[in-house]
Amino acid sequence: MPTATPARRTLHTPPVPASPFPYHPGSLLSIADLTVDDVGRLLARATELEQMDPLQRDRILLKRRIALLFYEASTRTRTSFELAAKALGADTTLVSNLSSSIEKGESLKDTGLTLRALGAEAIVLRHNSSGAPWLLEASTRLPVLNAGDGMHEHPTQALLDLRTILAHFDPATRSVVAGPSSDPGCPRSLAFGDLGKHEPGADAVNATTLAGLTLTIAGDILHSRVARSNMLLLPRLGARVLLCGPPPLLPEVAATPQRHGPVAGGPGIEILRDFDSALAQSQAVMMLRIQAERLAGLQLDLDEYKAAYQLTGQRLAAHAPRALVLHPGPIIRGMEITAGVADGPQSAILEQVTHGLAIRMAVMERALLQSAENPDANAQNTEPLP
Amino acid sequence: MTPLALLNGHLLDPAAGVDAPKDLLLQDGRVAEIASPGKLKHANGASAPIETLDASGLIVAPGLIDLHVHLREPGQAYKETIATGTAAAAAGGFTAICAMPNTTPVNDSPEITRWMQSPDRGARVRVFPIAAATRASKGEALNDYAALKAAGAVAVTDDGRPILKDSIMRESLAAAARAGLAVIQHAEDTRLTQGASMNLGPVSFRLGLRGMPPEAESQLVDRDIRLVSELRETHPQLSPHLHVAHLSTSAALAAVRQARRNGLRVTCEVAPHHFLLTEEHVGLYNTHAKMNPPLRSEQDRDALIEGILSGVVDSIATDHAPHAQHEKEVEFELAPNGITGLETALGLALRWLHAEWKLPLGRVLSLLSAQPAALLNLKGRGTLTLGSYADVVVFDPKSEWTFHASASRSKAKNTPFDGWPMQGAVRWTIAEGRVAFASNS
Ligand SMILES: [Zn+2]
Repeated sequence: MPTATPARRTLHTPPVPASPFPYHPGSLLSIADLTVDDVGRLLARATELEQMDPLQRDRILLKRRIALLFYEASTRTRTSFELAAKALGADTTLVSNLSSSIEKGESLKDTGLTLRALGAEAIVLRHNSSGAPWLLEASTRLPVLNAGDGMHEHPTQALLDLRTILAHFDPATRSVVAGPSSDPGCPRSLAFGDLGKHEPGADAVNATTLAGLTLTIAGDILHSRVARSNMLLLPRLGARVLLCGPPPLLPEVAATPQRHGPVAGGPGIEILRDFDSALAQSQAVMMLRIQAERLAGLQLDLDEYKAAYQLTGQRLAAHAPRALVLHPGPIIRGMEITAGVADGPQSAILEQVTHGLAIRMAVMERALLQSAENPDANAQNTEPLP
Repeated sequence: MTPLALLNGHLLDPAAGVDAPKDLLLQDGRVAEIASPGKLKHANGASAPIETLDASGLIVAPGLIDLHVHLREPGQAYKETIATGTAAAAAGGFTAICAMPNTTPVNDSPEITRWMQSPDRGARVRVFPIAAATRASKGEALNDYAALKAAGAVAVTDDGRPILKDSIMRESLAAAARAGLAVIQHAEDTRLTQGASMNLGPVSFRLGLRGMPPEAESQLVDRDIRLVSELRETHPQLSPHLHVAHLSTSAALAAVRQARRNGLRVTCEVAPHHFLLTEEHVGLYNTHAKMNPPLRSEQDRDALIEGILSGVVDSIATDHAPHAQHEKEVEFELAPNGITGLETALGLALRWLHAEWKLPLGRVLSLLSAQPAALLNLKGRGTLTLGSYADVVVFDPKSEWTFHASASRSKAKNTPFDGWPMQGAVRWTIAEGRVAFASNS
């Protein structure tokens, strides 16, 4: 029953209070917490750390304590954070919901406070409930790194996706070059030429870095934290993002500009239901799996879904023969993507995993070296604290 | 009880059409005399001792009445007790509050209804139980409404567990009409809100939270109105009264307005948080902005304000829902619904409805006293005429103050209004002739 909305005075109403988050400048809760300059610094630092002598690198966070708190099963993200922490010399401890007091009903707040009391200086949190990292940060005031919260965000994934795209993006021609980058140890060589001469700094990315690039995110966007973080990041660098999927997995609100807070939709994000025409416009395509565990009674005809949205070799050859293929994993081969495409020459899926390590080193260094008193420590000082 | 004289105040009694300086004498729990300042006969010629309160510069008004309060007793005294909840009510200017039946066990019996009203509970203000509409609020079998009413219940509801079955809701409306009670519906088609923790829309998408569509409310209101309408056709002798609890959407408000135009007895209440806040106030998972119905869109909020200003909304009710601190300090999706509201309703209503949006003071007070009293037929309440209950709130309409949750009389501190500026500090709350609250100033 629609109400008639007569022209009426605009009323002054209570304002929405400003967000107190993040409490700790080293936290990475949402990708929206980072400025474009912050993103540039992290990318540059990721490259430096990647190229650094391992024996020198592992003094950066020597004996610092990082807790990995995982409420969801995870292979790549957990291992990636763990290896990245160890590469910087940090001690890590893994707490998972299946082998801890969490099973006995301990609250997230209490688990966080216990970890802090045990000496954890930062917590990497993977949680099945959207918003959990905000609760943990407010409770502990420690730097918290969001390693995926419910259907909400996965900021380090967005950073590693960006790094992967940049490694294949040629700014001169504004095009993506799929296939293995020329120097596997230096994935950004295509983007920045000889890294020996070009030291990527805070100016490495800006609002037009990805101008001219169109990326399609296809699949179960409703339930995807990877999609949300990428939607908050890539348009800020000038990319055009096409969202593609059936209405039950991609509601229209996904592209609605937000009035307050971080912009989830807004310029640069459009919904295009037809996968083939989205592909035809894209230089990169990010496939997402259907999150069966979050469907909550949603009925989906999988054969219909595959017919419309599966990334097949045929489809790729017909509509996007040069596009870069991304997937945050885990892959369900034969569902959203065929084995041939996943293993094919356009796929950067394993490369994404490698980029993840470098990104997570940079993010963990930032978490521990950037303190409230010295917010720019990360930029100048890479020596371990005494 | 010593008679109590309220002197030099300005009596504002919208139901009686009084807006003038008056002295009041309260005796034996009733209003014994109303006179121009200095003209109380009893006070002037009194031989017996008499207590006086100087209300110079203050508004004297009928005590506030809240149709929607969760007192948590029996069963969840760690959240709130009848004693602490009514203390908070008194501090907020309320002299009568209606207690929802979602206690443990559910108040679906005359025994529990009477237990809640027992003097042993230590209530500071009058508690009117609202009993469960169905056994254990399971939505299957009706309770005995006549027996519940005889025990003191003033309405029936399955608040929090809406009655979804058409047949049961129809029976409930008919049985309640026969007993002379209203059916209060928490309008939520729970089949559309599974796993949801806020309003469905762009904000819930951004936060990665499952959302409750506004239709979950409005479609059930539509259904209930249809049932009322059908009952009127099939049983013309019955006058069923449907009261929509904590109405939160523009569409449901339009449905109520239309039903009334069609001559049906359909009424509604709106909570302060729904006419003040929107889904944006959820911020970054603030569990003090989580309630059911959820904070809605700006468009819905604006429609509620308009509905209050235009008179479609019958009452302001708080949906005071206390929870222990640890229960709200959890993941947003796991946190229980609800916020406290008894101590902030008047301050917010005066600050926003009156001062900001220019609703006359008398109309604001009427929404908080005379109208709720009329809705549930609370005789002798909501007005201060001779012989009515001596339920009075005395407040300074101009004074500004800040609400601090830590100072709350409620056991619970779960409010989004901590630190908010308020208007109209309560000086005294008098419930049935006794001072139930006196401010320190
Ligand atoms: Zn309710």
